[in-house]
Amino acid sequence: MNITWYLVLSAFLFTIGAVGVLTRRNPLVILLCLELMLNAGNLALIAFSRMWGNGDGQIFALVVMVVAACEVVVGLGIIVGIFRRRIPEDVDALSELRG
Amino acid sequence: MIFTDIVFFIAAIGALAGAVGVVVLKNPFYSVLSLVTHLFFLAVLFLLLNSQFLAAAQLIVYAGAVMVLYVFVVAYIGGAEEPLGDSLPAIRPLGVLFAVCLLAELCIGVIGSGLKALDSHGAHVSNTFGAPSQIGSLLLNQFLIPFEAASYLLLIAAVGALVLARKRRGFEELTGEGGTA
Repeated sequence: MNITWYLVLSAFLFTIGAVGVLTRRNPLVILLCLELMLNAGNLALIAFSRMWGNGDGQIFALVVMVVAACEVVVGLGIIVGIFRRRIPEDVDALSELRG
Repeated sequence: MIFTDIVFFIAAIGALAGAVGVVVLKNPFYSVLSLVTHLFFLAVLFLLLNSQFLAAAQLIVYAGAVMVLYVFVVAYIGGAEEPLGDSLPAIRPLGVLFAVCLLAELCIGVIGSGLKALDSHGAHVSNTFGAPSQIGSLLLNQFLIPFEAASYLLLIAAVGALVLARKRRGFEELTGEGGTA
């Protein structure tokens, strides 16, 4: 397949993730949609890496995966903290930082 | 060549369906499972793009470890369904509209970029392209500082998760007894 197909697919996946972040209200699902967006970026990076025949884009994608793993760990820690404090899991209700 | 086309379309449809499932499904547990299928098909796409190492890392790290973390958390907090009553129902169509604009902009950016190689199958690459040996030599020769920075980032995230998951009650007892904490 041409590289364009991969890039357009990655644009579609990124958009679906953006729709999820904008419309869902459960913070857990918002984290999942962030994963979708990061993975769409990864697909574009790897497609460009293949296009140039250069491995740099793959290293970038690997670093994005590391950052995504860190984001998941901290985000899920915050969600567990929200659950323990009996705060409703709704991003509309999570409007202040004070615990 | 026709074989890779068929595999591409199957994987692309699977990845799109998984992504739509994450957004549409009401139960967070089903969303997580949908994301696992999405990641699996994405790994197939990575394989089609000659990046074997990243496809394997995607399956092991993402679909394996990270998703297990999600499943644990969903099981812990009960996977409650989202409340249906909207506080601001007028905002939701605006979000979809914004996303459609974003898609149009991204497609214009990709197709209108004028890169000649976009319509090709990519540069000619050797068999070792994307293999662990190539990734390893790139990481340790050319990208050593990002590599080390990533390891520090992982350490900081692990410590941060410990701080977040610590039992607050124990902390308060310690400070109540003598303020030693």
